[in-house]
Amino acid sequence: MQGAVDSTPVVTGHEVAAHEEHQDLRVLGLITFLCSEFLMFAGFFAVFLVFRGSNAQWPPEETEVELLLPAVNTLILVSSSWVINLGTKAIKANDLAGMRKWFGITAAMGAVFLAGQVYEYMNLGYGLKTNLFSNCFYLTTGFHGAHVFIGLVLILGVLWRSRRANHYSDIAHTGPEMAEIYWHFVDVVWIVLFTLIYLLTLI
Amino acid sequence: MAQAEVSIKPTELQGGHGHPDKWKWYDYFTFNVDHKVIGIQYLVTSFLFYLVGGFMAVLMRTELATPDSDFLSPDLYNAFLTNHGTIMIFLWIVPAAIGGFGNYLIPLMIGARDMAFPKLNAIAFWLNPPAGALLAASFFFGGGAQAGWTSYPPLSEITANLPQTLWCAALVMVGTSSILGSVNFLVTIWKMRVPSMKWDQMPLFCWAMVATSILALFATPVLAAALILLIFDINFGTSFFKPDAGGNVVVYQHLFWFYSHPAVYLMILPIFGIMSEVIPVHARKPIFGYKAIAYSSLTICLVGLFVWVHHMFTSGTAPWMRIFFTISTLIVAVPTGVKIFSWVATLWGGKIRYTTAMLFAVGLLSMFVFGGLSGVTLGAAPFDIHVHDTYYVVGHFHYVLFGGSVFGIYSGIYHWFPKMTGRMLNEPLGKVHFVLTFIGTILTFTPMHSLGMQGMPRRVAMYDPQFADLNQLVTIGSYVLAVSVIPFYINVIWSWMAGKEAGPNPWNAMTMEWTTDSPPMIENWEVLPVLTHGPYEYGMDKADQVGPAGEPVATTRP
Amino acid sequence: MKQIPAPFWTLVLGIAVTLISLWVGQNHNLLPIQASEQAPLVDDLFDVMVTIGTALFIVVQGAIIYSMVRFRQRKGDETDGLPIEGNLPLEAFWTAIPSIIVVGLGLYSVVVFQEMGGFSPGGHHGHGTMVAMAPQQSVIDVAPLLAQVGEGESADVYSRTQVYGFGASPLMQLNQPDVTVNVTGMQYAWIFNYPDTGIIDGELHVPVGKDVQLLIEAKDVIHSFWVPQFRLKQDALPGEPAELRFVATREGTYPVVCAELCGAYHGGMRTQVIVHSPEEYADWVASRVAEASSTTAVAQTLASPTSAEYLAAIAPDLATSPVQIAQMNHAQMDHGLSGVSMDR
Ligand code: HEA
Ligand code: HEA
Ligand code: CUA
Ligand SMILES: [Cu+2]
Repeated sequence: MQGAVDSTPVVTGHEVAAHEEHQDLRVLGLITFLCSEFLMFAGFFAVFLVFRGSNAQWPPEETEVELLLPAVNTLILVSSSWVINLGTKAIKANDLAGMRKWFGITAAMGAVFLAGQVYEYMNLGYGLKTNLFSNCFYLTTGFHGAHVFIGLVLILGVLWRSRRANHYSDIAHTGPEMAEIYWHFVDVVWIVLFTLIYLLTLI
Repeated sequence: MAQAEVSIKPTELQGGHGHPDKWKWYDYFTFNVDHKVIGIQYLVTSFLFYLVGGFMAVLMRTELATPDSDFLSPDLYNAFLTNHGTIMIFLWIVPAAIGGFGNYLIPLMIGARDMAFPKLNAIAFWLNPPAGALLAASFFFGGGAQAGWTSYPPLSEITANLPQTLWCAALVMVGTSSILGSVNFLVTIWKMRVPSMKWDQMPLFCWAMVATSILALFATPVLAAALILLIFDINFGTSFFKPDAGGNVVVYQHLFWFYSHPAVYLMILPIFGIMSEVIPVHARKPIFGYKAIAYSSLTICLVGLFVWVHHMFTSGTAPWMRIFFTISTLIVAVPTGVKIFSWVATLWGGKIRYTTAMLFAVGLLSMFVFGGLSGVTLGAAPFDIHVHDTYYVVGHFHYVLFGGSVFGIYSGIYHWFPKMTGRMLNEPLGKVHFVLTFIGTILTFTPMHSLGMQGMPRRVAMYDPQFADLNQLVTIGSYVLAVSVIPFYINVIWSWMAGKEAGPNPWNAMTMEWTTDSPPMIENWEVLPVLTHGPYEYGMDKADQVGPAGEPVATTRP
Repeated sequence: MKQIPAPFWTLVLGIAVTLISLWVGQNHNLLPIQASEQAPLVDDLFDVMVTIGTALFIVVQGAIIYSMVRFRQRKGDETDGLPIEGNLPLEAFWTAIPSIIVVGLGLYSVVVFQEMGGFSPGGHHGHGTMVAMAPQQSVIDVAPLLAQVGEGESADVYSRTQVYGFGASPLMQLNQPDVTVNVTGMQYAWIFNYPDTGIIDGELHVPVGKDVQLLIEAKDVIHSFWVPQFRLKQDALPGEPAELRFVATREGTYPVVCAELCGAYHGGMRTQVIVHSPEEYADWVASRVAEASSTTAVAQTLASPTSAEYLAAIAPDLATSPVQIAQMNHAQMDHGLSGVSMDR
């Protein structure tokens, strides 16, 4: 499904660049698509909750989750949603440099998040196959991670294109806007995921 | 806004590259972004897959002509059974009804030059042939997936692992295709109608596609989730569905049916849309109860999301679920009934033309009512417990899928073929096709109900000899069906090359697709049409006022 | 026809349709004989649905055929039909009637479901849960199949999991079942295990008129236990216990069919249920117990059997032909089923 996600903005980007009136449709299309995409995660979450409900010890003893690092990671990802918003605000005010700055910071924050995730994986002491909990854990966080990665690619794509003169401006900013929406989506999914998989273990 | 397109010259829309006035035959084999080309690509490929799926069915029926397993090996039987179901659903009905008619008709019906996202649209189509190739490949790398189109674990995890994985991958691809398609349909219908077209002046087919798209958007990703988990279980050592490691086999069934029940409505709602177009035209009457039909599609879409457990009444389902889902299932009969009665009322008092399109539409009405009523009996949990996983269910769903969806697709083809190709299909040959199909359907799928109630389970290559007679009858029926497609394919191929010229509006229909040439030019109209009357105003002295392409006729609604 | 008013014809048609539907509902002869207390309940529900369905079908079909004939295009007539776009009362009528029917059917289904015992699976396990009981009471060590589900660990599996299926009907609520049988589905056979007596068999033997409780589970993949004449079916799910409780009402031999696709030989997974008179049943139990205590050898071979060996050992009892057993062995070899290994 990832292929689809990243082709949405990139491909149609060429297509309709000729006339502006299609821009809002692309945003609309992306939002529709993301609603649908969210349900895939909902499926994973539902499976997780079913197993959680039917197991007395969840997560099982040897596969407890780490909390500190993910909490920091959450903070980074959530705040990056504000940062990227500053970026699109900048371009709407025709401030290209501002947009590049904020998008750059967002990309960096995303990269830190991913690095943190990888670090977490390497230090947990259990793997995908260990038990049912670790199955769920790696699958959901891994799929989310893949989406973060796509979001990162989209942001970098926007940065790359922004080198072209007049590619983005206060009247042509669909690309950054879509990257932003996608990034918010990734963020929202993470918040649900973090609540379910990490915070719920505290109860 | 989209309306601004009115002023755009065709060439500009293609990014200024310029293009020919008409597509050449080889354009249909390329990554083309024209919605009409994509629609035809969907239709032609799905009709080819239909032959493959049908061929498998005929082989299965040949095996079942006798009680013993003597024609196909049991593994091969299961592989054919699985791929028959999969191909028929995911590579025949869904792409033909949604991809084919949806893509071809929606922009033409709402007065748009193309879909909202043409390239995405082309990508969605091009996910389908490789999915078919994966299924074909699965036969060469381990004998094909064998766990039924439902692929319940643990069976699907211990038999034919590689083919099963390929099968999952194929389904993820068609699923993605259908999500992308649905995004396109929704945004197009929502935003790209000609400015003069209000929601309640939209042809009912578009309403049906709105409901279909919403359903696809909500349900398909859940199937993807289930398949991904299955792939991980098979290949990467997880144990979501492995009971001996704490997994739960019923969870898969919930995820699967959360998609696959809505999927059956995905396969019938577009067909309902086709019915609402074909019947008024050939009965020469306005559609009866426009709003009721439009809203009932949405109701079916909504209620259809909450009935999935009726496929699991004998599985691990708690008592309250059996009750809740019995009642929600039965409720679907109400909006469906509204549609059926409205179509019958549309026939009533008309001047019915006995065209092949109309015959298939009316045939569908009869078949679908029968299949729907047997569906209602299945919805009642106490009875379903007896007939679940028997030929009674097989009878039910072939009545609605073959007697419903396939009849509807045929009807749509006879109706819109002139628009798509500029040529008429041969009517006498069409009638031969109809009669054979009608008889074949009754012969094949009626005895199945009795078999199931008497005790014959489904998905068996060998069965109790007491069922031999009825099974032979079914097999004969399936041969009649196999023969029935011959006149159809001949008709299509021959008419496409040398049929009678159709002209823009051979049926004197009032929806917007008939205001342009047949086949329509590349950007659909020279100048976008202006809506002058509703889609179904027959008998209101309007039929003659449909102007030639692009020339709006100045009339007002009374 | 001009003299006779339309309401009259409507009435005549209505009566005719009603009579035909009622007749069809009573005389369709589509269902096999009834051999359990639940069967008549289910059949009555089905008869009602057939009656309603027939009426609806005749009405809709009749209207279609009438329209097709009466309102067909006449030669040379190129005009359109009547421009009727709707009729609110009529539409309300055909929304309301189906709604009423559907609600009625829903309620009726609930009642039938309750009388069948649908609300109380797992409620009263007179003999305890299935695995806990089996090992101690058996004359021979019966549980080679169930052993894997294991003693200690399984006990809590069963205590926390929901039991699915049909339990005691409301009238039986307080009674203990007269006979309890542990039913295990495996590729491609049913194993019936009587914890009270230690009998294991490939066929199910039950006394007529007695309250029988089946505790159903599967060893490898999902199977489904179905006796068409009982109108009862329950999936046998690996790891999820299920129950079917019934009273057989008619002596005779009926098929036990596996209804869930479980592999290549799913179609061959058939056996029988024999409903005995109480005396016959007692004789059968006695003879089997005697037989079992004299053949301890069987118990030894079964110490660590693969399912294929196990099947071969009890082959005479299974309603399967030697050829099929051979095929099964072959199939099992291919699929490596001995010891539910699924992570290959
Ligand atoms: C096009 C596809 C399609 C459609 C439209 C339907 C429509 C319906 N289906 Fe069907 N169904 C399938 C395709 C479809 N189904 C498939 C493929 C399976 C099997 C999957 C598998 O296991 O492989 C299946 C299986 C299936 C089951 C599970 C059976 C089992 O496995 O045990 C059930 C149970 O409730 C069911 C019910 C219904 C109902 C209630 C409707 C309703 O929507 C029908 C509504 C229509 C009418 C009722 C007729 C017209 C209405 C009137 C004339 C009004 C008055 C009527 C009344 C008041 C009753 N279907
Ligand atoms: C839209 C869907 C659809 C359609 C159209 C059909 C069409 C047919 N189906 Fe199918 N069927 C399913 C969907 C469909 N089916 C599904 C979902 C299942 C469940 C699978 C499962 O349990 O997992 C199923 C299962 C199923 C079974 C049950 C198998 C079992 O449980 O053991 C049977 C048995 O008779 C059957 C028969 C038929 C027949 C005879 C046709 C006929 O209508 C087909 C008529 C034949 C043709 C129209 C083609 C003829 C052409 C040729 C012979 C020439 C071939 C040439 C080339 C290939 C070049 N089908
Ligand atoms: Cu066991 Cu089918
Ligand atoms: Cu369903």
